[in-house]
Amino acid sequence: MSDIAESDDRISAEGSRDLKRSLNRALRAQKMRALMLIAPLLIFILVTFIAPIVDMLFRSVENEIVSDTLPRTVLALDDWEYTSGETPSEAVFAALYYDLFVAAELKEHTRLGSRLNYETTGISSLFRKSGRRVDRFDTDIYADQFTALDPAWGEPATWTMMSEALDDDPDALPETASALEGWHHLLKVERDDPATEAPADILFTALYRDLSAGAPGLNDGDLAAMTATARQAVDGFETVSIRDQFVDVDDSWLDPEIWGTIKAYAPKYTIGYFLKSVDYQLTPEGIEKQPEDQQIYIRLFVRTLVMSLTIMVSCIVLGYPVAFLLANLPMRYSNVLMILVLLPFWTSLLVRTSAWKVLLQNQGVINDILVWLHIVSESGRLALINNQTGTIIAMTHILLPFMILPLYSVMQTIPPTYMRAAKSLGATDWTAFWRVYFPQSVPGIGAGSILVFILAIGYYITPELVGGTSGIFISNRIAYHISSSLNWGLAAALGSILLVAVLMLYWAYDRIVGIDNVKLG
Amino acid sequence: MQKSDDAFVVFDRVQKSYDGENLVVKDLNLSIGKGEFVTMLGPSGSGKTTCLMMLAGFESATNGEILLDGTNINNVPPHKRGIGMVFQNYALFPHMTVGENLSFPLEVRKMGKSERETKVKHALDMVQMGAFANRRPAQMSGGQQQRIALARALVFDPELVLMDEPLGALDKQLREHMQFEIKALHERLGITVVYVTHDQGEALTMSDRVAVFNDGRIQQLAPPDDLYERPQNSFVAQFIGENNKIPGKVESLDEARGICQIRLGSGELIEATAVNIRKVGQDTLVSIRPERVEFDPERMAPDWYLIDAEVIDVVYMGDIYRTVLRVAGTDDFVMKTRNTLGAEKLPRGQKIKIGWHPEDARALNPI
Repeated sequence: MSDIAESDDRISAEGSRDLKRSLNRALRAQKMRALMLIAPLLIFILVTFIAPIVDMLFRSVENEIVSDTLPRTVLALDDWEYTSGETPSEAVFAALYYDLFVAAELKEHTRLGSRLNYETTGISSLFRKSGRRVDRFDTDIYADQFTALDPAWGEPATWTMMSEALDDDPDALPETASALEGWHHLLKVERDDPATEAPADILFTALYRDLSAGAPGLNDGDLAAMTATARQAVDGFETVSIRDQFVDVDDSWLDPEIWGTIKAYAPKYTIGYFLKSVDYQLTPEGIEKQPEDQQIYIRLFVRTLVMSLTIMVSCIVLGYPVAFLLANLPMRYSNVLMILVLLPFWTSLLVRTSAWKVLLQNQGVINDILVWLHIVSESGRLALINNQTGTIIAMTHILLPFMILPLYSVMQTIPPTYMRAAKSLGATDWTAFWRVYFPQSVPGIGAGSILVFILAIGYYITPELVGGTSGIFISNRIAYHISSSLNWGLAAALGSILLVAVLMLYWAYDRIVGIDNVKLG
Repeated sequence: MQKSDDAFVVFDRVQKSYDGENLVVKDLNLSIGKGEFVTMLGPSGSGKTTCLMMLAGFESATNGEILLDGTNINNVPPHKRGIGMVFQNYALFPHMTVGENLSFPLEVRKMGKSERETKVKHALDMVQMGAFANRRPAQMSGGQQQRIALARALVFDPELVLMDEPLGALDKQLREHMQFEIKALHERLGITVVYVTHDQGEALTMSDRVAVFNDGRIQQLAPPDDLYERPQNSFVAQFIGENNKIPGKVESLDEARGICQIRLGSGELIEATAVNIRKVGQDTLVSIRPERVEFDPERMAPDWYLIDAEVIDVVYMGDIYRTVLRVAGTDDFVMKTRNTLGAEKLPRGQKIKIGWHPEDARALNPI
């Protein structure tokens, strides 16, 4: 006994450090084991769920395609203003020529065309057409004139040397350096040898433009001499306007609108998709509201919210009494009832939705019965499907179990003695229910509502099948952009907005009701 | 069963069946006077809680009448009976504060705000919980919740309060303290209390009368001391307190003096008080309380009957020694002796003679 009394419970500072260390060591093994256990699921979720979502969210702002495909044009357009109302200078057309030449060889121009077509219709075909013609531009006269001057210009080796020389001093012949870079990029992608490939027209065009514009030129080596000779000769060269070449293909190239669009979407990241998601657009003039007849997304978002709320409320109204019965009936009855509640889960969603089609259509079961009962006339059959009513009816039915189950599990934990206590204190059945039972079932309503609302807001298949045009949700539009229009950026932006809206509602719910008050059982 | 005029609560030939086949309560007759503290005591499933629920109105009587203050209340819904009730797990409304809980019965009675506040405060002071009006039930200990439940059952001044094992969830010390407080409140307010418990100690210390339930019937209805000292049948003798039972046969019966002679299984003939003995020759169980058994010759009167015993085991229990003996063929005979100064543990195997006053040996029905 005295041993116990005299032992010292305090541990010295050093001892305490040791203790912490050994405790950490002991806990680390436990943590590692726990981590190992969840690792397969964690990796699975990360790879198949989190990563794609992050990638999708990133797509809503990502816009590298323009600057990747037309790097020189984007740079050249820096000096051009849409507001000037003029077509860009010859230098911009030359840059576009180099870019488009490389892109057309690599077949990248059509993708860019489709991308820009989302913003201004017609760009897709413009790019396609120009890409087909760009290697047949009349710029071959420069190649002819240079090789006539000195056949060495036609040798691939000359251009290899040129490339090496310009690597050290790109400012000597800036456009040539830029065109060579594109040319080499092209050869590299196509796995061609620069030493054997005949030089393309863009190189001669760039060289001509450099020399005629008075670029400093190279200082030493054989090439210096060659370029010096050429510089003397270019003034006498026959010339061709690149701008005219493009206009020859399509005179849309004179339209500042086209150039404005390219410039507006030149940055690597754009808010264009998000603007479009809220019925605005990024035009060359700046941010503008979409024309009246194209404003659909805000209306769709609002409709999705309102209809999800309606479905949620119908689920509460229909589900609460059922859950109450489930929780309060004797076991043998409640089991049967529970099976009836769960039965829909065992039937395919598509089958259930199709069943509603049969029931609700104009010549369907419900309308037939109503006509037979003379509640509605033969001509006044109710439109119950392919509109909002259809969506609400079918989705309420489908989501009802998600309301009933959390409600039931919460109600099950409310002991019947509370109601008895209330009655013994003098409350009528209704007062006892409303003042005592109902407040305690609110967490269940909260849990069910969150579940139903969040499921409803992202629902896709049912609105698609029974919603017609007036009953579809924003998710149907997202699906359209994913699978039909292939405008993934816009789909990602719409999805992001939906996600943020749900998170905000969740946050608001937490502030008002408190997420701790949500019980699933 | 006679109905006294001042009977406040009357069960008259009440029966209850849940499934239409078995009776949970069989022919219950019980009359409770105004201001009385009556406890329904019995093992679980004995029908005591069902009786309480019928009185509260949560169960309906299958047969018979329940009268409250002279009126039949069989068809009166619970909220119109005006009976206060304390539940086993308190049933305090978790979403209301203590004050709101207490205010609830007054609100449903459409009482004015100021009157409500006065009454709530008064009720809380009564259970010494005045400072807790703004707490939630979950923030309080079991004992505190118990007090609040009590206050809530009393706040609307009911004349009858039902308590369904209200102290079951408390630890021993707190339970004993609350027993004392409930008893004190009962005496101070003059209310009628019907109390249900399976804890005999609770029943004995608190009640004016105890109704021992078994198998849907009242086995005995009597004040605590009567119940303990003069059990009317073997079940009550067994259920209340510790009890030695020796089987035997009735040899002779003196009905005038209420005394009979019993031949034990081992052949000895002992004298006992005849309680429910009908005729000579019937089987009987003789019941003797362990603390009424003596072995010290100095404390025994000369006319006491002595019987041979052998010590099997002695357990030291602080205030007493609990000695297990082999007596008349049974080896679970218990004798309790006070641990007085100089008292010694009897060695195992020692042969002794034990005795008791004939009045303490009660010949009861065999089980």
